[in-house]
Amino acid sequence: MSDKRLTLKKRLHIIKHHFRGKKMAPAFNAFHTFLFTPDETTHNGSHVRAADDLKRTMNTVIMALVPVLVFSMFNAGYQHYSAINGFPQNFSLMDDFLTWDNFWIGIIKVLPLLVVSYGVGLLVEFIFAVIKGHEVEEGYLVTGMLVPLIVPIDTPLWMLAVAVVFGVVIGKEVFGGTGMNILNPALTIRAFLFFAYPTWMSGDKVWVYQAVERAGGPDAISGETILGYLAQNKGAEMSYSVSDMFFGFIPGSVGETPTFLILLGGLFLIFSKIASWRIMLSAVIGSLVMGLIFNGVVDQGWIGETSKFYGLMSFPFWQHLIVGGLAFGIVYMATDPVTGAQTNRGKWFYGFFIGFLSVMIRVFNPAYPEGVFLAILLMNVFAPTIDHYVVRGNIKRRMKRLKNATILPKDSEGKANELQAETV
Amino acid sequence: MSKDIRIKKGLNINLVGAAEQTTSKAVLSNVYAINLNDFHGITPKMLVKQGAEVKVGEPLFYNKNREDMMFVSPVSGELIEINRGARRRILSLKILADKEQAEVSHSPLELGKASKDEVKAYLLKGGAWPFIKQRPYDIIADPDATPKAVFISGYATAPLAADLDYVLKGREKELQAAITALGKLTPGKVHVSVGASSNSPLAGLSGIELHKVSGPHPAGLVGTQINKIDPINKGEVVWTVAAQDLVVIGELLLTGRFNPERVVALAGSCVKAPKYYTTKIGAEISTFLYASGVTNNHFRVINGDVLTGSKSRPDGHLGFYNNTVSVIPEGDDYELFGWNKPIFNKISATRALTFSWLQPNKKYDLNTNTNGEHRAFVVTGMYEKVFPMDIYPMQLLKACMVKDLDEMEQLGLYEVAPEDFALTEFVCVSKQPHQQIIREGLDLLYKEIG
Repeated sequence: MSDKRLTLKKRLHIIKHHFRGKKMAPAFNAFHTFLFTPDETTHNGSHVRAADDLKRTMNTVIMALVPVLVFSMFNAGYQHYSAINGFPQNFSLMDDFLTWDNFWIGIIKVLPLLVVSYGVGLLVEFIFAVIKGHEVEEGYLVTGMLVPLIVPIDTPLWMLAVAVVFGVVIGKEVFGGTGMNILNPALTIRAFLFFAYPTWMSGDKVWVYQAVERAGGPDAISGETILGYLAQNKGAEMSYSVSDMFFGFIPGSVGETPTFLILLGGLFLIFSKIASWRIMLSAVIGSLVMGLIFNGVVDQGWIGETSKFYGLMSFPFWQHLIVGGLAFGIVYMATDPVTGAQTNRGKWFYGFFIGFLSVMIRVFNPAYPEGVFLAILLMNVFAPTIDHYVVRGNIKRRMKRLKNATILPKDSEGKANELQAETV
Repeated sequence: MSKDIRIKKGLNINLVGAAEQTTSKAVLSNVYAINLNDFHGITPKMLVKQGAEVKVGEPLFYNKNREDMMFVSPVSGELIEINRGARRRILSLKILADKEQAEVSHSPLELGKASKDEVKAYLLKGGAWPFIKQRPYDIIADPDATPKAVFISGYATAPLAADLDYVLKGREKELQAAITALGKLTPGKVHVSVGASSNSPLAGLSGIELHKVSGPHPAGLVGTQINKIDPINKGEVVWTVAAQDLVVIGELLLTGRFNPERVVALAGSCVKAPKYYTTKIGAEISTFLYASGVTNNHFRVINGDVLTGSKSRPDGHLGFYNNTVSVIPEGDDYELFGWNKPIFNKISATRALTFSWLQPNKKYDLNTNTNGEHRAFVVTGMYEKVFPMDIYPMQLLKACMVKDLDEMEQLGLYEVAPEDFALTEFVCVSKQPHQQIIREGLDLLYKEIG
């Protein structure tokens, strides 16, 4: 076994030298470095380096996403069959949820989204890497996983492909690739879908498999999201319990529903020091504050039950965190280090406003009762501004210190001055 | 009066092969070399021709911009080689040592009476001036400048670095002479930092402001201490001297002789018997490397510690400022699935399936592999965890990369030296060359403003 590995290693090493300086080298290296971390050594500077590289960082995020993906594949089937047959009376996790039938729907609906997302996205990345002659960067490994989880399940694959091309090219590559982009690429893709094909992205038909196909027919099914119900002031018609919301047995974008697993993923990312706990915590606080304000407005009786905002505003403030994409957005999207605030202090403001604005947009958006992706994209745009003021604070401290600086004259200058004084 | 400095942010890199505290005398080197790269930013003007005989302490060349700043020979012998690079820039000088060592001797300086100018002239003439470095720019001090303070770190926290308490033991007289002289060069204080629990000979000296430092690396770096004690502002100058170089300065002042002898730690996982050697500046590293033995044939010799040293070879020569020689394995090998498998044998600042956080005191055998490819800056917040200064490290690095002079100034480039960015470079997920970026930034700022 070990002998075989050696030869594979050597063979690849020889091929690598074959490709050196050639146009296709980045493409080969992408596969090679996927198998083996390279034989590169340090030159000057720090001669030893820590164990982490960008691949490991991205891989950690992917690991935190895998439980969500698996859950979403079961939930795809669960929502589909529940829409047809009604929700089971005495819900049992093993018999009603983790079934082969449910998973099969996941395989035929969720897996293709994942394959298209990775396939198209990585193809674009490879093309750009070869044209621009830089290595294939790891950023898309996470983006490609996020994209299928934040779209409605019935999104046609060609739409997803078009959106991915747009998102990767305009959202990332035109700025110079991973690390240079201003907007979160996954959310750029989501926003493109939302604005280009709004009928496929909202309403009560897109969240459950086959709801669109069956619409208008005798076997029509519907899968309104909780936020959808609330936006229409039909909260009373909902049959979902708080635990359904928390564990994710509700309709919604493919992977946004299992708050419990997202919470575990978030804790894992905080523990592994990959994602910023500052952003996550402040975003949670921000959303709770906005939720409390809305609850307060309702309690004060400033709006009546007939108001079109009543449903969402009277929704218990903390439950905003367990419905819709808020938890998913906070844990996996807001914490993107490239597009988020980069200073520790800035992260507090950045996260807070993401939570705050997400709930605000969610309540006030007339067309579509969800605002997480819009809030994060908006704060992506403002993140450099936040950082600017935080860094200014540091500069100001330095300027203040400068006033008490003891700047001593150079010897030669001192002598020159003395000489001048003498001659005068 | 002593003030305590506690550093919280940082990272101790515990490596296998710390030098055992016994000292042997290294065999005499046949050939000595002066590497001009050690003197960053100096344009040398030769004083002796190839083939000429020189004595210990005899000037070999001077600084073109400062004709009285002499760089002297560590050994008496024949100048056998002037190694030149592109545009005839001198890279290194080689001297074949004589059997009988002859030396240049100055009359000792009467420190009690000497004026500031006399001290300066004496150090410049005697070849000890290059040991005094300045910030901003991390270059040899400009003798014309008046520093607001002098900083000396007597606490080495870098991985495998020579223990200063050990190597300075018994040198109080020289240290005191050097401190007294430095005290005359500044109207401010001479700040000396020692480890909080150390037994440093520096602690008992007079004419100093003593600070006790504790915490992980980079607590021992003089840059960290300056930032905590009295940070540098634009226009200000501070001088720094490595603690061990004080001994050379002190001996010159007391005896009039330039004595290049020093105690060097030979350390690293590839050394069979890591310990201390008495040798001289410029001596061939193999004169003591093979006395300790090596465990492996595929190693890298580093002139200095593993974070800031320069790449050398067994037939390389001990650098002008170095008191540590590290020997670690080369890492030019591939690792199957090295990016996603759990890692137990390398240090990491994260816990992304890396497990060095479980055993913070375990000693690691790190090699020179980069553990990944160079990328653009992506991860944020990581540098801040190992960077104790009140400076935004990533923002400063980016300002240097885009050559934005205003930003570089405002974000604190005057306060730092490349070595201050060694730890951020170590933990960098994007494998960016931080120290090189800072060096180039400092050079640019010096050229444009300094």
